[in-house]
Order: sequence, then C-alpha cells, then structure tokens
Amino acid sequence: MSEGEMSPPSVSGSAGDELSRFSDRVGFATLTLKEIKRFWSVLGQTVTAPVVTALLYLLVFAQAMKGRAPVYPGVDYTEFLVPGLVMMTVIQNAFANTSSSLTQSKIMGNLVFLLMAPLGAWEWFAAYVSAALVRAALVATVMLLVSAPFVPLPIHAPLALLAMFLLSGASLAVLGLIAGIVASKFDHLAAFTNFIITPLSFLSGVFYSVHALPPFWYAASHFNPFFYMIDGFRYGFFGQADVPIALSLAWAAGCLVLLSAVCLWMLMTGYKLRR
Amino acid sequence: MNTSSPDALSIAGVRKAYGKVQALDGVSFSIRRGEFFGLLGPNGAGKSTLINTIAGLIRADQGSIAVLGHDTVHDWRSARRLIGVVPQELVFDPFFKVADMLRIQAGYYGCGRESWPWIDEMLVRLDLDNKRSSPMRALSGGMKRRVLIAQALVHQPPVVILDEPTAGVDVELRRTLWRFMSELHRKGTTVVLTTHYLEEAQDLCERIAIIDKGQVKVIETTAELLDRNKYRFLRLKLGNGALPESLRPLVCSEKNGITELRLERDKHPIGGVFTALRMAGVDIEDVQTREPDLEDIFIELTGRHSSAVAGAAA
Repeated sequence: MSEGEMSPPSVSGSAGDELSRFSDRVGFATLTLKEIKRFWSVLGQTVTAPVVTALLYLLVFAQAMKGRAPVYPGVDYTEFLVPGLVMMTVIQNAFANTSSSLTQSKIMGNLVFLLMAPLGAWEWFAAYVSAALVRAALVATVMLLVSAPFVPLPIHAPLALLAMFLLSGASLAVLGLIAGIVASKFDHLAAFTNFIITPLSFLSGVFYSVHALPPFWYAASHFNPFFYMIDGFRYGFFGQADVPIALSLAWAAGCLVLLSAVCLWMLMTGYKLRR
Repeated sequence: MNTSSPDALSIAGVRKAYGKVQALDGVSFSIRRGEFFGLLGPNGAGKSTLINTIAGLIRADQGSIAVLGHDTVHDWRSARRLIGVVPQELVFDPFFKVADMLRIQAGYYGCGRESWPWIDEMLVRLDLDNKRSSPMRALSGGMKRRVLIAQALVHQPPVVILDEPTAGVDVELRRTLWRFMSELHRKGTTVVLTTHYLEEAQDLCERIAIIDKGQVKVIETTAELLDRNKYRFLRLKLGNGALPESLRPLVCSEKNGITELRLERDKHPIGGVFTALRMAGVDIEDVQTREPDLEDIFIELTGRHSSAVAGAAA
C-alpha cells in the first residue's frame, strides 16, 4: 500500500450483526496471544511463584503427615496430595489470569483499545478463557514434572483428567472475568480472592479426604464446587475418589455453563464496561 | 459493505444523561466525507461524551449515530472498523513494546501481517522508529501520545477522530502530527478534531461545530464563522490624557498601557474614535486594528475563554 493511502479493511459484518456472533477469528487470535504474552512477560509472578508455593505445601504436608494410613487403598498421602495441589493451583491461576488482566486494563485505562475494537462478547470471552487455560496448563505441567521424580503418579483415566482440567480451569477463568468486570479497584479483586477463592480452595479436600471430616463439614463440602473439581481431577489419576466422577463432571460443567451465561450477559450488555 | 452514505458521520438526536446532568441534549449534525471538521466547546460541554458515544464507549440514552451509513449500535462491527479514535487520556499497556502494541491493535481490527508495512511507515512518519522496541512504560508523554495516534490509524480507517491530540505536547509533535493528518486528509480521510488550541482549528478545519451544555450552538464553515462576527478590534496606546467617557463602553481590555476597543462595524467607524480622541485632546502613540479570530467567536458564543475549551468534558 502506498504511503498514507487510506483504504478501509473489508468488513464482513452486515446491518444487524449480532452481539452474540463469533465472527472475528483474527481479533480472537490476537487477543488470546496478547493475553498469553502478558502473563509470559512476568513469568516469575505468574508461573514460577505459584509452582514454588504449591511445592512448599507438598514438602511441608508430606513431611508432617508422613506415616499416616493410605487415604485410598494403594494411594499414600503424598500421592493423594499432589493432584489436589495441582488443581488448587489451576483454579487459583485461571482466576488470577483473567481477573488481574481485566482489572489492570480498567484501572490503567487501556481497556478502551479493546472496547473501541470490533470485537464481540464471544471473542472477548473465548480469548480471555483460552489464555487463562494456557497459563493453568503451564502451571499444572511444571508442577507435575517437578514432583514426578519424588511422587510418581499413575494416570487411570486421561480423558476424565483432561475434562476436569478444562471444565474447572475454564470455570475459574470465567469467574475471574466476572470479577474483573465487577471490580473497579484492586481492593474489590482482593475481596473476591480472599473471601471466595482461597476459602473454597482450602475447604475443598486438597489436603484431606472429606470422609475424614465431621458430619457437618462433610455435608458442607458437598456444596463447594471446588471439592468436585479436585475430587474429579484426582479420579483421573487414581480411578478412586470421594464421589462418582460423573457427579464431579456434572458440577464442573454446571459451574461453567452458569458462570459463562452470567459473564456473556455482562459482556453483551457492556455491564460496568460501557457507561 | 455499503459505505455509499455521503456523510462520514451522521449524528441524530443524541441524548445522554448522568443522573441529573444532561451531558448531551439532542445533538444532531453530520460530517461530510473527506471533511476536516472541528468540534469545539468549553470544559464539560459534552465533546468527549459525544466522541466516546461515537466510539462505542458510552451508550446514548436516545438518538443514533452512523459511520459511513453504518449504525454504531445495530451495525457496530462495521462502524467500529471504519473509525479510529485517539483518546484524550494518555493510556497505554505497560506490558508491551511499541511495535508489538501496534501489531496487537491491528489484529483487533482483523489486520494481520499485511498491516506491518503500514505500521513501519507510521513509526517513521511519527518519529517513533527508534522507539519501536522500547517498552511503552519507558516512553515520555509525548512519545506515548504519538503511539496513541498510530494506534488509532493502524487499521487505516476512513474516519479519524482526534480528541485533543496536541494537549500538553511540544511544538515539534504538533507540527509532525498536523503534517501527517493533513496528508491523510488530502488523500480522502475524514478528520474530526477537538482541540483547545483554537488557532489549530482555525488553520486546519473546513467546518466547525461549537458545542456547549450538551447542545450544538453553531455549525458553520470556518470562514462563515469568522465572518459572522460583527466586531473588529482597535488597539490604542495613548500618549497623554485619559480615554474620553464616550468611548469607555467600547473598552474590552486594558493591559500594559494598551487599550483595546471592540467596535461594531456598522455603528462605530474607526474615524469616529479618532475624532473623539482628538476632541478630547488625547494624543495617540500607537494604533493597531485586529480582525476577530476564532477565540473571539468562541467567547461570544459560549461566554467563556478558550482556556476553558480543554479537555475534561463530561
């Protein structure tokens, strides 16, 4: 193109182009790549730090609980602990990726670049969730690779493992998007993390089987979606879990559908994004 | 894509309220294809609200806006692809380098590698070439402003809106920017400009709208706007004596010994002033006449000085 020549790019959309249509693949791919590059540029914070934290939990709890009876037949405590820690890290990082990115863009003001672009709700949604899943997969892979020489794990049901990872990671990525849309300052985001994500993570059976809990907490655990996410993920490794895998899959899928519906409504209506 | 509309921008009955504050109160006007158009108004007049509504950042309560015939609500994808907006605020993404940021922005508009030569050209034209690998957070304010301008142009939109692009930037950037924008305009780009440098608007814009309190006060060609003023100005430096009382009502400023009179062309001939001075025995040391400029028109229409034109609209 000659210097300064201004010819508009071709426009495939027509009058009545729906908000709900996914039609911009280049825009989606660009936003996904941009979100991946964003967390990649601060890999120490976004991948190394959570992996180190999770491995410290593993080290401390493995030592403290050494010699306890196997949680499931043939599964000792350290083996039991690793999948739970991996899924807890996946949950926390999928949430952190979308929520921190969106909140930071809002506070810095650079969200206008996205808001003015011809990207629809589905492209936003798919790009943010995909990038969060890449980060979650990276964190999970590094954790499993680092712990493998010390705690080798079997893989009983790889499809269930993958399904639980995708459904759970995506659910938390979507929750992070919702939090990012709702939050107008980092304090709001911290409230989400401190009062929802962290308590539900720690009360989800990462460090114990819910069968070891008193009746009240045992029953309460069954209303915590994170419990099903972790329990289903553990099933993928051992073929054994506290509840049937179908129930865990149903909870994770239900969470994803419900949260996605809320998030897409927010994106389509411009809730808290467009004044 | 149907872009046969003769108007680059059609704004019809747009209203927007924030609580009890009516930021836009039934704004209607059109900007023709290929125009260099100025949108002026004092602080809080509604300029930025209008621009942000065109850009899709704000939803109007009533009315409609079309970009080259494409409605910004019902046909928003097409409309957004056809405009580039330079926001007023100096916003940037701290995670990326300059060239990466521009390529990302191009991707948002569906432009891939084919847009990279244009990006390289803009980097040269906006004197950003030696900063292409610099992180955004390391740039000075002026450099960040250049990147914002490049971001708005990255998809080569036929309609460009610049919301105070020269606020707080040095003379060199202003010249670079206007040279570049004038060239794009010559090649057919419609340019909409808000600025608080009224001389810029007077020099560059073919038509000007003055907006105040959310309403369009006037929309005329720059020449018509300048001609509509029925006054001219006479600056006097008096040697001895005071200005006669009969001329006092005509004084519009007195500073550093210079008295400026505002004379109505039909009622106050300059010769009459000289006669009054001579009869009062007052000597004239120096005399200058001045035709009204855009600032005078602006003050007359809005009752406010141009320093209040800048920025912080609703």
